[in-house]
Amino acid sequence: MSQALGYLKETASQTAGPYVHIGLIPHMAGFDIFQNNFGNVLAGAETRGEHIVIEGRVLDGTGTPVRDALLEIWQANAAGRYNHPADRQNKPLDDGFRGWGRTGAEFDTGLYRFETVKPGRVPGRGGRTMAPHVNFWVVARGINIGLSTRMYFADEAEANAADPVLSMIEQAVRRGTLIAQRASRGGKLVYTFDIVLQGDNETVFFDI
Amino acid sequence: MNVQRQYFRREGDAQPEPFIPARNPLEFFQRDRDMHPPAYAPIYKTSVSRSPRKALLSLDQSLSEITGPVFGHDDIGILDNDLVKNYAKTGDPVGERIIVHGQVLDECRRPVPHTLVEFWQANAAGRYRHKKDTYLAPIDPNFGGCGRALTDENGYYYFRTVKPGPYPWRNYVNSWRPAHIHFSLFGSGLAQRLITQMYFEGDPLIKICPIVHTIPDEEAINRLIAPLDINAAVPHDCLAYRFDIVLRGRRSTLFENRLEGN
Repeated sequence: MSQALGYLKETASQTAGPYVHIGLIPHMAGFDIFQNNFGNVLAGAETRGEHIVIEGRVLDGTGTPVRDALLEIWQANAAGRYNHPADRQNKPLDDGFRGWGRTGAEFDTGLYRFETVKPGRVPGRGGRTMAPHVNFWVVARGINIGLSTRMYFADEAEANAADPVLSMIEQAVRRGTLIAQRASRGGKLVYTFDIVLQGDNETVFFDI
Repeated sequence: MNVQRQYFRREGDAQPEPFIPARNPLEFFQRDRDMHPPAYAPIYKTSVSRSPRKALLSLDQSLSEITGPVFGHDDIGILDNDLVKNYAKTGDPVGERIIVHGQVLDECRRPVPHTLVEFWQANAAGRYRHKKDTYLAPIDPNFGGCGRALTDENGYYYFRTVKPGPYPWRNYVNSWRPAHIHFSLFGSGLAQRLITQMYFEGDPLIKICPIVHTIPDEEAINRLIAPLDINAAVPHDCLAYRFDIVLRGRRSTLFENRLEGN
């Protein structure tokens, strides 16, 4: 026997289940209850930066859209600063830009959508700068523990090539699963980012 | 104290720095995945086609993982933690009135203050107010089934609700969920994000629930079962259950380099 360290153990995860919408996005469950709701619009008209739409689907191992997925994103502002006290960079914060959003896949199509701004670069480990990216967290019925991944931007090829996280992915062919393609549609810049839970094109998920 | 006297330095060397055991004092402890359900847990059939099969890529945490959204009292409303009243139309919802309360701690036993806790559940009959729930048990016109709270400076939260009922679901032909309340937690950084479920002491359905038993560790299951807390009951009004939640610890406990309020 030895001394006891006395750490607690993290509470175990359980699936968010099919009715996650009730708790986190009740309007999608079909009712209205809170005065303030969290949503998929991160940036208002006055938010600085390049305004973009991110959309895509979550696909299961058979290629079928996961129509009950819940997605959250977390990102730096256009200057490359997170709105959080641990980010002490000497860069401006943007009033009203929390950098976080939440939405569900549409029950009919499986499509999700966020309206935000393109984030700036933030420092990574060991003094290396990370390419602009948006952090994703996905839960759903059948997902036992939330999945973490990142979306990078196809038009940042140079920054992506130097990114310390993308560089860690051993199989170059898998890096593409994290890179969203850019298109212009209806006067908006749209990045398409599908998340593949399983199979040949399985998205790279992180143990953070 | 004259540091230079302790060891040899050449002219022009940088000033010596004290040894600090961790260079990234805000990062979270590695997640112990033996305590969590694996992605692929065939007893829970839906997980079979929704589980990643390739290894997760272990990531040294950067600013992207040690930060996360910050919420405040402006984000929530005064009735958000009272499920007995927050959807009441013609009266209170039917069911056993309960308080659920507890403390959000990290693995170093430190309270997690001012963090958002969200919860949702079925009504007393086991029916969710959700357009995809078709169970024959009735919707309660006075019960929405969701709420949220911010922990106080000591990490405490509480809410009032009615005890949810068990309900059938399609896994095996005769599968029933034990009564449970879903919880969503943020902590202070993205790496602490967690969704879980709370169960009730004494529920015989716990031991036969496939979703519960996706968790491979019996002790980890027991930590999801809230005991009756008779001392926190309000006499002649409602019972109480206690549910403490533990999020990942972080290295700032060891050092001086602390966040405000953390």
